[in-house]
Order: sequence, then C-alpha cells, then structure tokens
Amino acid sequence: MEYFIQQLINGLTLGSIYGLIAIGYTMVYGIIGMINFAHGDIFMIGAFIALAVFLILTSVFGFAFLPLVLLIVLIVAMLFTSAWGWTVERLAYRPLRGSFRLAPLITAIGMSIVLQNFVQVTQGARVKPLPPQIQGGVTLMEGMNENGPIVVQLSYMQMIIILSTVVLMAGFTLLISRTALGRAQRACEQDRKMAALLGVNVDRTISLTFVMGAALAAVAGLMFLLLYGVIDFYIGFLAGVKAFTAAVLGGIGSLPGAMLGGLLIGLIEVFWSGYFTVEYKDVAAFSILAIVLIFLPSGLLGKPEVEKV
Amino acid sequence: MSANGQALLSVRKVETYYGKIVALRGVDVDVDRGEIVTLIGANGAGKSTLMMTICGNPQARAGQIIYDGQDITNMPTHEIMRLGIAQSPEGRRIFGRMTVMENLQMGASLVAEEHFDEDLRRVYDLFPRLKERAGQRGGTLSGGEQQMLAIARALMGRPKLLLLDEPSLGLAPLIVKQIFEVIAELNRNDGLTVFLVEQNAFHALKLAHRGYVMVNGNITMSGPGRELLKKEEVRAAYLEGGRH
Repeated sequence: MEYFIQQLINGLTLGSIYGLIAIGYTMVYGIIGMINFAHGDIFMIGAFIALAVFLILTSVFGFAFLPLVLLIVLIVAMLFTSAWGWTVERLAYRPLRGSFRLAPLITAIGMSIVLQNFVQVTQGARVKPLPPQIQGGVTLMEGMNENGPIVVQLSYMQMIIILSTVVLMAGFTLLISRTALGRAQRACEQDRKMAALLGVNVDRTISLTFVMGAALAAVAGLMFLLLYGVIDFYIGFLAGVKAFTAAVLGGIGSLPGAMLGGLLIGLIEVFWSGYFTVEYKDVAAFSILAIVLIFLPSGLLGKPEVEKV
Repeated sequence: MSANGQALLSVRKVETYYGKIVALRGVDVDVDRGEIVTLIGANGAGKSTLMMTICGNPQARAGQIIYDGQDITNMPTHEIMRLGIAQSPEGRRIFGRMTVMENLQMGASLVAEEHFDEDLRRVYDLFPRLKERAGQRGGTLSGGEQQMLAIARALMGRPKLLLLDEPSLGLAPLIVKQIFEVIAELNRNDGLTVFLVEQNAFHALKLAHRGYVMVNGNITMSGPGRELLKKEEVRAAYLEGGRH
C-alpha cells in the first residue's frame, strides 16, 4: 500500500509536467489543425533558458534568496520561451497557412531539428547539471513490507510541481472558458472565417495560442530542470512525444483531455516501472494509447462532431 | 445609380476570382444610408461572393469598394468589420460548440462592454426564442433559431451596415415572414442600412427600397424593388417557376 501511494505521487509529478506540455500541442491542434512537432523542443529551450537565468542570477548577481530567484527564473523563462514560440509560428507556420495540410507539418519537423541543433551547437552536447535546489519533504506514511521498512515521502519539489500545475491549469481553464480572449480562441477553432467576420484578428489569436503553449512549456521546462537536475538538447524529443501521446490519449483539441492524458501517461509510466520493468515503460504508455484509440478514436475526452447543420 | 447621393457603400467595377475562375465581372452596387437594398439572382450567380468581397475575404482583384468615404478594398477582414459592417453569412456559421450567449458575446467583440446588457435586451426583444435558448449550444438549435441567432449576433456588433446573406434559406414560411418583419422594423425604427441577398425574390423585392439582379457575375438590372417585381424578365426567371 505504501509503495502504491509513493508511486502515485511520483506518477502525478511526472504527469503534471507532461500535462503542461500537452496543453501546447492540443491548443495549437485545436486552432489550426496541425501538430506542432517543435513544441517538445520549445520545452527544451524553456529548460535551458531557466538554467541560464538561474546561473546568471545566482553566480553573477549573487542572489541567494531561493524563492525570489525561482520566481524571477520562472517569469523570465516564460517570457523568453514565449518569444521563441511566437517566432517559430511567425517564421515557419504562418507563411504556409492555406497551403496543403502536410506543409506546416514538414516545417514543424524541420523547426524541431533546427532548435535541437541550435542548442547543441551553442550550448554543447553534454548534459548540463544543476545541483538540487529544493530538498527535503514530508513523510506521509511509514510501514513495513517484505523488503523491510518503507516510507512514503512527498518531497517539497513534488509538492511545488503538483500544486503549481493545478493552479496553472485551473487558471488556464478559466482563461479559455470565461475571458474574451479565450472565447476568440474557441471561435477561431470552430470557424476562422466567421471569427474574422466578427472582427477577431485571427492571425494575432493564433500567435497568442503559440505564446501561451510556449509559456506553459517553459514552466514544465523549469520543473523538469529542478526535478531531475540535468538537461541536454535532446530532452525535448522524448518529452515531446510523450506529451503529444498524452494529448492524443485525452482527445486532441480538448484542454481537459490534455491534462487528463498527461496525468495518465505519467501514472502509467511510473506504475509500470515500479511494478514491472523500467525498460518497457515507454512500450506500456504507447500500448495503452493504441488500445484507447482502437475503442475511442477521438480520445478519452475528445468529442466526436455531432452537429446540426 | 445612387438615389440621393448618400451612398454608405459603393461597389465600383469589382472583379473577384477564385483562383483562375472569375466570380464577379465588374460589379457596381450602391447602398444608401437608411436603405434596404436587395440583390437577387440564381444559385452561383456570385451573390455571396459579393457579400464576402465587401468583407475582404476574398479580396477584389480589380475595382474599388468605398464604405463611409473610406476605401476598404484591400483592408483585412477584421479591420473592415471594425468600421461598423456586420454580416450574417451564407450558411449562418453559428459557433456550434458555443452557447447562444457566447455566440452573442462573440458578436459584440468589437463593442464596448458597457453596451452589452442593453444590446442583449434589444436582440432578445426581437427574437424572444433566443432568450429561452441562451444556455444551449448553438449546434443544437433548429434552422430557424440558428438564423435568428446569426442575425442577432450581427446586430450585437452595432452595425451601421448589415449584410444579410439568404436569411430565408431552408426556413418555414412563417419564420421567413417573422425574420423579414424584424428586418423592416430595424430599418424603420433604427434607420439601419441593410444589404440583403436573396433567392426568395418575391419577399425580398417587396421589402427592399431598391433591388439589383445578378446573373453570372454581372448586374443585369436594377431599380426600385416594386418596379423590378413587375418586370417580365424578373417574374419569369425568379418568381414564376423560376424557383431553383
């Protein structure tokens, strides 16, 4: 039981990160119907920016008060990563809007390669370490199993990740469902031509969608950096594929779907590693995706289109 | 062509293409302030294309569109709409996954928020049915209700010029009558200028101050609505057995 709860906590932590990245995939898909394959690399860029800002603040300026440092890192990383997301859309996708469907998909893959190689060339291919910053935690349960004593620990880091993800997702859901901007985004999702006829600047709305997705990816990047303590130019690939899987599992285009899908993929991965073998954790995650899609082709929360005309 | 030189909208020699296919071949249309002007014609004549060209999607390849003294020919759609034009387009284009209320809020995108409650009351007075359906998704409304919503959504933008594309399409005669009455009322009471595209030529010409007849991307006839109604060519093509 203790072991199960520990894995649950670990799974939720990992799932939170996937969920935050998955939102970027699902929103972009929702609004322009393309898979932004460079989004995983935007997450990676976010992690690198976070690391750079952290190092500049602590070693160049000598900031020591950790919560303030992390807050500044978070804000700066979100801003700069958003700028990257905006630029990618402007350069690689907007000029191709209205061309055949595969064209932006191909430039997305191209953009992904460009970003990876850019970081590899400028930052080097080796892993970048960051010593653990937030240590300790609370012990939730203690018990015994056949291998001896077992302790259920919720580290402060995990707490921060899960809590800030919950807050971000709640805020984001409100933004999309209640504000004029969110309404404009949903309108563009359903009918861009009509949205323009109501005075919505469609290009700007699409840009903002990329900016929001990138900002959330930056948060995920910072969390990843703090949780694992190492990053390299390649982390965006696997995390991106997983988050994309999460978005599809939850129903691509659906915001709650992306969050649910992210949590599920995180949980599946962690539980599989905990009870079976670590080597096959990705196989488990992708198998579940395949099974879900066989029975629910539009994903768990994706809605099949039934509308009166 | 303009009756009193007060043109709110003038379309001059406009040509529009879809790729290489020509849809409008040099169209001239004027809509004066406070007028209801109708454009009738068969399927595929280019009526909806003219509506959309006025709104900049697609843009005219030649000619000029002047609205309220300003050349809007090459402006992007969302900026044209900002000038006080609203369209209830062909096929209604309701946001099916949004509620009726959200559709109306979208219509008010360009209007200061302080007007919202007042405007909402006004469109609910015109179409009480929408009030009952406020929380329902647009996609679940009947055809007639969707048409009312499309018009109401356009009105929420406080337009000076209302473009209506076939508001009677596919609706029961009673509802058509109701919608035409609302259009007449808006024009009479609020002085709203209306440009109405219709296949239902009889109702449209009776309602309108002036009318244009479009055939194959050209304007072939124009004049006061009731005079056009009497013309033999119009009767033969669009009224008696000419229902397409």
